[in-house]
Amino acid sequence: MRATIIAAFLAASALFAQDLPRFRWENFTTANGLPDNRVYSVCVDGGRIWAGTDNGLALYENGKWRVFTTADGLAHRAVLYLALDKKTHTLWIATMGGLSRYSAGRIDSFTQLNSGLPNDVVYGVTVQGDLVWVATAAGGARLDTRTNQWSIFNERNTPMYEIWTYNVTAAEDKVYYAVWGSGVLEYDVKTERWLKYDDPDNENEIVLFKDQGLIHEITTSVSYVNKILWAATYFGASRYDGRNWRNFLEKDSGLPSNFLNQVKTVDGTRTWFSTDKGLAYYDGVQWATYRPALDTHAPEMLVRDAAGTVTHVAVTTAPAFHYTFGIDFQNDDIWVATAKGLSHGIRMKPGDK
Amino acid sequence: MEMGMQRQTWRTHSCVPRRQSCRRLALQNEDTSRKVSTRHARVRAPRCASILACLVFAAMAAAQTRYPSPDDLVISPDGTRLYAVLSGTGEVVAIDTAKRAIAGRVPVGKVPRGIAITPDGARLYVTNSWADTISEIDAATMQPLRTLPAGFEPTGIAFDGRGTLYVANRLSDDVAVVDLASGAITRRLISAHGASYAAASADGSRIYVTHIYPMLGQFRTPTRSEITEIDTRSQIVTNRISLPDAAGVFHVALSRDGRLGLAALLRPRNLVPLAHVEHGWAFGDSLAVFGEDIGGVVQLPLDAIEDYFSLPFGVAIAPDKKRAYVSASGSNEVAVLDLARLVAAARSPSAARMANDLSAASRYVIARIPVGRNPRNIALSSDGATLWVANRLDDSISIIDTARMAVTGSIALGAPATLTAERRGERLFYSSAVAFGNSFGCANCHLDSTFDGLNWDLEPDGFGIDIVDNRALEDIADTSPFKWNGQNPDLQTECGPRTERYFFRSQGFRGDDLEDLVSYIKAIPLRPNRYRAPDGELTPAQERGKAIFLRTNRKDGTPIPEGSQCFVCHSGKYYTNQLVADVGTGKPTDRSPLIDTPELTNVVNSAPYLHDGSAHTFEEIWTIFNPKDQHGVTNDLAKDELNDLIEYLKTL
Repeated sequence: MRATIIAAFLAASALFAQDLPRFRWENFTTANGLPDNRVYSVCVDGGRIWAGTDNGLALYENGKWRVFTTADGLAHRAVLYLALDKKTHTLWIATMGGLSRYSAGRIDSFTQLNSGLPNDVVYGVTVQGDLVWVATAAGGARLDTRTNQWSIFNERNTPMYEIWTYNVTAAEDKVYYAVWGSGVLEYDVKTERWLKYDDPDNENEIVLFKDQGLIHEITTSVSYVNKILWAATYFGASRYDGRNWRNFLEKDSGLPSNFLNQVKTVDGTRTWFSTDKGLAYYDGVQWATYRPALDTHAPEMLVRDAAGTVTHVAVTTAPAFHYTFGIDFQNDDIWVATAKGLSHGIRMKPGDK
Repeated sequence: MEMGMQRQTWRTHSCVPRRQSCRRLALQNEDTSRKVSTRHARVRAPRCASILACLVFAAMAAAQTRYPSPDDLVISPDGTRLYAVLSGTGEVVAIDTAKRAIAGRVPVGKVPRGIAITPDGARLYVTNSWADTISEIDAATMQPLRTLPAGFEPTGIAFDGRGTLYVANRLSDDVAVVDLASGAITRRLISAHGASYAAASADGSRIYVTHIYPMLGQFRTPTRSEITEIDTRSQIVTNRISLPDAAGVFHVALSRDGRLGLAALLRPRNLVPLAHVEHGWAFGDSLAVFGEDIGGVVQLPLDAIEDYFSLPFGVAIAPDKKRAYVSASGSNEVAVLDLARLVAAARSPSAARMANDLSAASRYVIARIPVGRNPRNIALSSDGATLWVANRLDDSISIIDTARMAVTGSIALGAPATLTAERRGERLFYSSAVAFGNSFGCANCHLDSTFDGLNWDLEPDGFGIDIVDNRALEDIADTSPFKWNGQNPDLQTECGPRTERYFFRSQGFRGDDLEDLVSYIKAIPLRPNRYRAPDGELTPAQERGKAIFLRTNRKDGTPIPEGSQCFVCHSGKYYTNQLVADVGTGKPTDRSPLIDTPELTNVVNSAPYLHDGSAHTFEEIWTIFNPKDQHGVTNDLAKDELNDLIEYLKTL
């Protein structure tokens, strides 16, 4: 009888969540060859996986990890963010000690001493054609790889009043910076003008004007696809379509936490969030959270429907840890950087158990 | 506008008044014999009017004298045509290989250097290194078709056989991928420093790119270069073949089966005092041998004891893979290599130790064939029977019968009948005959009349004393004094008898030779600046940087001492006051902290910086080596302001 009930529950929950991605999770740690379990970032390059860890850069290829350290030319052991130039397959590496560039086995590093980089603490990087945009602790910067010209963006030439830029994303028309403590900064490629988006209730942590602007000034990540901007903060997430803002909080959405480290949208609607309490997904209606349960550490998948009903979906695997830093996609699969290892979510087909 | 500027540069190259050389030139127009001209020069009281007329005529003649200077070669697939790039006259000539005569010519862009041909022989592609373009030419009619874009100073070029060109850009340190259908650059691939030569594998699946400057490593550590390997299907760099201890790397060639590659290279001994030339401690003239046949890469010497194979440059591999050929552009010869023996040496357990072994080459070099002056690239006929050699400073092509291993003919490319002093000097500059054992010449360090990206320990003053960065030679005629300590008041002193003691250990330049050499060096033109707009207008960042360069007050309003104002020392047309100064960059190993104020024209191209090359980048000059604001007041600048200053310096 008990078995029948469990089977029925499993079948029902699987049916319920069939529209939401389900994964079989494979986790990598130092036991598998990672140089460190604290993985800040992950970047997919076809069949190759790059992981930025607290103790070096790691490349997973043909079932093996290869580690790059400062001895190989890496600017610093702590690799915070990764960006791939999809044309040349050059990897740009944001570290705590400068910006590094990997190309076919060679690492070159740019620092505040040997280049026009404004600061060695590099939190974010993205590629826009021949331009590389960088987020540092002393402002944003742009490297024109054709002329090697560095341009710095700070409080003197943009509306930012904090210069602690934390993340950057770029498309053909716009570049967005998440400025930690100074909202979101927008650069219009055509007009070369900067615009600033702030929390309408300033730094107040009580949301006074929901959906009237950015949720909070302490932004950590931005993602811009199909002219939709997503911003992650330590106090919730925001979506902006160029006209309207919509905010998402733990209390009124499926976000497992308001403390967000990264947001990465697939198409402007389907969007992933790395939080301190699990990996979250939003498909425009429903939410899902993937994590080891906070109490029992057992694999857990939570689904929240449009009505706000939360359901547990039975799963047998979970990401390596609930504290997640970074996300990238590999076709239908997902890779997640966590504080206790790197996780590969292998997409399950409907009916898979 | 750019064309006009260019012409001006060339005029400067050819006819800047120089008393000595013009006098001799004038006399040479009457008789090209050196002896006669020298004898005439000694006439004490010639009639003034005649002298003046001669001088004017000579100056005009010199202004119009352009030597063909063949550089790169390619053979049509059917073997009926040889195409030669003439870098001096800016042309490509087609040579009928049967008649051994010029069959056509077409003008291309400024200072062309590299050439590639399509597999059907229908199209030629030529890099115009001073125009940053590629000329597309109809090979049958020798008519120009299109001008395609490239990077900064495109030099080597290779075609993948399908529709894409790969262009090695020397000054932008990258490889431009040019799609022939659209005529556009579709991507730029990161190379090493000074990407200059490129070759495709026979099936077009791989492109190999070499670099004439070493990569910038730690100060006073062994040099390193690489061969950049590109997969043409994915159009990305897939491998970087590391070349430790190598600096300048020149042409590269692949065997027809793609399993063996050869690249000509220099191994400089710049970390020890240049006092052991006779022991082989100046340069190693070598080959990088790589590929599946080797299972990696090794470097094997081409030198013999007291008989160096100076400045190896062009490379060709026979279709049957039995022999390879390498030109030596300093010692004016072509080496014939037995490939089976070369591969055996490369695969031997002792291969790694062979790189500096002056007896090793005898194992695989089976002949050294004298050719014309400054042989550059070589091209082998498809049957391997004939080797063509571009003799740049003889304006000719040598024809080698590979079976006989002998030159059997030569094709003149239409050089002017007279030899100018500059041309004679250029021949001296590129010749290694002046040095002990033919081991090296001026051009070993001043590659293609520029620099080598190295710092040297030149004088026999002990290890590590007075380390000096190699300086570029463009447009330096009026920038005396010379040498980093400013002790040589003119180029005659800099390049004269002292070179015997400090450089060549055999002989120095004297008398007429010295005057010719100086004439040539003074005539080396300034390359186009890639960062300055053709109309001279500065970008906003460059304007801001200029204001910093010209400022007389710190940001807080306090005056900057005159000696610390950028434009005071770096003043005038060449941005030098031609004085020495202590700007705090001297090292404990320098005998004097007084350093010559260098000219800044095209300084952007000549990293590393400072007198000893200890600053790899512009930024390091001020972020590391200017802690007390002695080398200009810069410590009050924010990083973006320093970036602006650098953007301005790039335009000088």
